[in-house]
Amino acid sequence: MLIFYVGSLASLFLTSLYRLNEDGSGIEKVIGLQNYKELAHNSVYLDITLRTLKIAVLVTLLDIVLALPIAFFMAKVVSPRFRRLLVAAVLVPLWASYLVKAFSWRAIIGSPGGVLDKTFGMSPNYGEIGLVIVLAYLWLPYMVVPIYAGLERLPDSLLDASSDLGAHFGFTFRKVVLPLLMPAIVAGSVFTFSLSLGDYIAVDLVGGNTQVIGSVVFDTFSADLPFAAAFAVVPVIIMVAYILGIRRTGALENL
Amino acid sequence: MKTARFCGAMVAITLLAAACGDDSPSANPNEAPRVIGEGEKALNLIVWAGYAEDGSTSPDYDWVHPFQDKTGCIVKSKIAATSDEMFQLMSTGQYDGVSASGDSSVRLIDAGLVSPVNTSLIQNYADLSSFLKNQPYNTSGGKNYGIPHGWGANYLMWNSDVVTTAPDSWNVVFDKASPYKGKVTAYDAPIYIADAALYLKTAQPDLGIKDPYSLTQKQFDASVALLKDQHSIIGEYWNDYSKAASAFEQGSTVLGTTWQVIKNTAELAGSKNLQAVLPKEGATGWSDTWMVSSKAAHPNCMYMWMDYITSPDVQAQVAYYFGEAPANPKACADIATRYQDTTHCDVFKATDEAFAKSISFWATPRKKCLDGSGNDCVPFVDWIKAWTEIKG
Repeated sequence: MLIFYVGSLASLFLTSLYRLNEDGSGIEKVIGLQNYKELAHNSVYLDITLRTLKIAVLVTLLDIVLALPIAFFMAKVVSPRFRRLLVAAVLVPLWASYLVKAFSWRAIIGSPGGVLDKTFGMSPNYGEIGLVIVLAYLWLPYMVVPIYAGLERLPDSLLDASSDLGAHFGFTFRKVVLPLLMPAIVAGSVFTFSLSLGDYIAVDLVGGNTQVIGSVVFDTFSADLPFAAAFAVVPVIIMVAYILGIRRTGALENL
Repeated sequence: MKTARFCGAMVAITLLAAACGDDSPSANPNEAPRVIGEGEKALNLIVWAGYAEDGSTSPDYDWVHPFQDKTGCIVKSKIAATSDEMFQLMSTGQYDGVSASGDSSVRLIDAGLVSPVNTSLIQNYADLSSFLKNQPYNTSGGKNYGIPHGWGANYLMWNSDVVTTAPDSWNVVFDKASPYKGKVTAYDAPIYIADAALYLKTAQPDLGIKDPYSLTQKQFDASVALLKDQHSIIGEYWNDYSKAASAFEQGSTVLGTTWQVIKNTAELAGSKNLQAVLPKEGATGWSDTWMVSSKAAHPNCMYMWMDYITSPDVQAQVAYYFGEAPANPKACADIATRYQDTTHCDVFKATDEAFAKSISFWATPRKKCLDGSGNDCVPFVDWIKAWTEIKG
């Protein structure tokens, strides 16, 4: 398992150092940094990387905002029987094909003629905003589940104690729940962030003419594999940096 | 210790890869076969959408099942959206054949991924339009590398409910101040740069563009600049035909380049307001070739398929469904009887050699200019990079 995992990453990295031959019909296995130089030299790739990061951050934030009340309701408010039902309801969308869900969103946010447009007369249409919404929807369960698990571990007595001491709900949430929940939120963000960083199918379906790292890799890999490999290394580096950064929070034990 | 074990594992993997990597091709891939042997009961194809219909899109269009019944070769077809995808899929060596356009066929030949074809084994070959035979995109070094399938142009399509003045020029898709901003589409592949070059050939004659696939750096830069301007009015690019069809059907796209099959698909789904035209500047287009993989596991079935797909009756079905000119003009009579349509071959000018020559068929741009104008043309690798830049 480890071998296949590390092996494929190693071959990705190795390929990124090769280059295309003169007429573009094959790959020359000469080690060099020319692909990375091109990535650094041409500002379009920096723009695309920053856009991808922005989308991943927005999706993660949106998922946190959506998942917190859902998970809190599930863990602390409803009866245990209803709770099981809600857990199932959160997980059910994961059983449906990703492609079908993304395609349905095409029909929902398209403008004119989409469901939103017909119902409310307005719609984000295909583009970055639409893409953030769709990705946030697709990855929401990956955020709800860790936060829910974190809340389950949080003793009710702490909430009671806080309110006995006169704190209103908002204060308790900020000062008691959120700090204890931080590792769970960070754990969820690893999923939503990395999944958003690598996506290209939803981008293609609902992103309009938005270009992200994944779509460039997909568009170029058949014609210029080494360059596509070099660009694919970028999100790997971003994720490694991200995970190293959050290791201190203890969130990795929550994964 | 950990490192040693890891290295051991890596060595094992390398050995394994070496053992598997040596897949010596059956027979000699550089020689065309003399006879078609017994069918291998299976056939794996890479096709353009609409080239191998098995009735799943519409029960009225099924020429795969009759082939299976006739030959016993069970067809598995994989639809590719672009020539680049076709090339990539062919390089896996898992497919027997492909319906390649000119912008991948030459690359396939150069890379040794396809074998020469013995055209005398294809009964219908003699009937095919002569202007499709022995062309640069299907012949190399005097050897035929494939069987012509059909050809056609990339049209300009619009939604006549929204775009009320029928356009007759590509300028409507390159107009920065287009009233249809955000609802214009373009083909999402580097080869689309040729569409801009073709337009500039007429619109800016001082650039001196002759062949949209043989561009000097200056001509290329002008085409790329035009497409960067166009980017602001594009709602979304398409390369998946079903996505393009659904966008036109919904109305989120109202204007842009298209294939006839997209119009047909949208109309099957209920659209009644789509119009398509060949603009006055002419158009880019494709002339497709069935090619046999040099690693084909089922070459006999592939030969049977090539013979089958070029027969008048099947050519009639595929050309009518896809909306293209059949390579076999005998199909015209079959279209007339099967679909009560006597105009198809006239509309697509199936036997009009002069018209076929006026279409700029997709080709792979190379440093050594395709039109023989020199050795300073922009190679395809740069087209790919430029396409990423255009989309920003």
